Amino acid sequence: MKHFKHLTKPYIVWSFILIVIPLLLIALYAFTTGGNAVKILEFTLKNFIKFLEPTYISVFFKSVKLGLLTTGICLLMGYPLAYFISRFKDKTQDLLILGVTIPMWINLLLRTYAWLNLLADNGIINNLLAMLGISPISMMYTDFSVTLGMVCNFLPLMIIPIHTSLRKMDNSLIEAAYDLGANRIQAFRRIILKLSMPGVLNGIVMVFLMSISTFVIPKLLGGGQYLLIGNLIESQFISVGDWNFGSAISLLLAVIILISMRLMKKIDPQED
Amino acid sequence: MKKKKHIFSGLYIALCFIFFYLPIIITMIFSFNSSKSLTHFTGFSLKWYQELINNQEIVSAVYVSVTIAILATVISTVLGTVTAIGLSKSRKFLKEYLLNVNNIPILNPEIVTAIGLMILFSSIGIAKGYMTMLLAHICFCTPYVITSVYPKVRSLDPNLANAAMDLGATPVQALTKVILPLIRPGIFAGALLAFTMSFDDFVISYFVTGNGVKNISIIVYNMTKRTNPTINALSTIVIVVIILILLAVNIVPILKKSKERKFEG
Repeated sequence: MKHFKHLTKPYIVWSFILIVIPLLLIALYAFTTGGNAVKILEFTLKNFIKFLEPTYISVFFKSVKLGLLTTGICLLMGYPLAYFISRFKDKTQDLLILGVTIPMWINLLLRTYAWLNLLADNGIINNLLAMLGISPISMMYTDFSVTLGMVCNFLPLMIIPIHTSLRKMDNSLIEAAYDLGANRIQAFRRIILKLSMPGVLNGIVMVFLMSISTFVIPKLLGGGQYLLIGNLIESQFISVGDWNFGSAISLLLAVIILISMRLMKKIDPQED
Repeated sequence: MKKKKHIFSGLYIALCFIFFYLPIIITMIFSFNSSKSLTHFTGFSLKWYQELINNQEIVSAVYVSVTIAILATVISTVLGTVTAIGLSKSRKFLKEYLLNVNNIPILNPEIVTAIGLMILFSSIGIAKGYMTMLLAHICFCTPYVITSVYPKVRSLDPNLANAAMDLGATPVQALTKVILPLIRPGIFAGALLAFTMSFDDFVISYFVTGNGVKNISIIVYNMTKRTNPTINALSTIVIVVIILILLAVNIVPILKKSKERKFEG
């Protein structure tokens, strides 16, 4: 059996070159200046200080705000859906969950693109409104369209973990709660919600992670001027060419996400 | 009372599904529209599909997406499976190190992985294009293969391979005849995940590509400045293919299960 031990060797080398080194490079760029040729290494915090400028920090706050908003809406919409699905027979549950998962396997760009047809000023929704005699509403390129796109794309990430923990739940616990005199609200709060907490936390982290780092959805549904953290990073690398600043923002983003995951793990009651 | 509750939950589920599927369905319907309008259906036509086939840029993007997805799936499935088998026999320190490193691309925002690879490729000096895209895809697909194969390897009885070798099998035979067949479901799940991850990827491809090499996602991203019915046609084909693969993979086991149950009952 010892022979198999050596099977990890290719991946040790591979993962070092393609996973560890890129991260170190991002950190290196984030703490240095000198453009793209890192010949003269000079340690600096300039890139991080630049991020505190009002133009950039407002982008950061806007991203966090939209991320929280999206996460909140996904939780409010996703929890009831996951709960209702978990009340069905096993086979129906499998099919419904498959129905929730299928959109996730379809290219995010194509799904987001599809909303353009619906939301455009002369799009389908506005045409329907016109038929009802309501004057057209401009929905594209607003916070509304961006949030809608994010909720539609990331909602399954909330539903699936919640459904998994609801499904695992022992139904006799709820019956026991009723037998002991709990009313429906108490039973929900004390038993169902508590036991589904790991799924809820998991869903929150996943949706927040995705919505704070996306740059495709704001670009497509928010227009060229709409900036979130992801768009800021993209522009630094693709158009502006300030890789040092771009790396600093990416590093911050990665750290924020690591911290929020740690926090969620700490709250998770099952971890104890 | 009970029936009323059922109607309410059914209605809610239906509304959510409309929210998920309405944009997709509308895209599909309007791909068959005879005019350029995205709001008025003026008649059935295959015009946009014709235009799709004649568009050299789109055809080559489909070629890039498909070949990269196949190559990345094969390579990452082999690399991931081999690593997962090796991991179960490694020392604790190495195991923990490798599993943690392996988690980085899964947990990190895609854009961070993307720019890390972009910086890496330009500092090594590899010309950006097909090759860098392939390397990047193998890089983010392999962790998913490992995470779906490794639990299966761990649940194996460690004595099985030893028993095979005691009975005269060479280590290679023990691997191919005993271990691989037992972890096959995990390998299939990992390969399917790798294929769709690679086929659907935009963010990482967008940053590591160059020299005009584009996959489907990049083409769509570049074309969305104007609404373009050819994209609807392309979307429809991609969506139908993905849904067919998923249904085949998911429905077959469900049918099998119910058949088995029938036999048992």
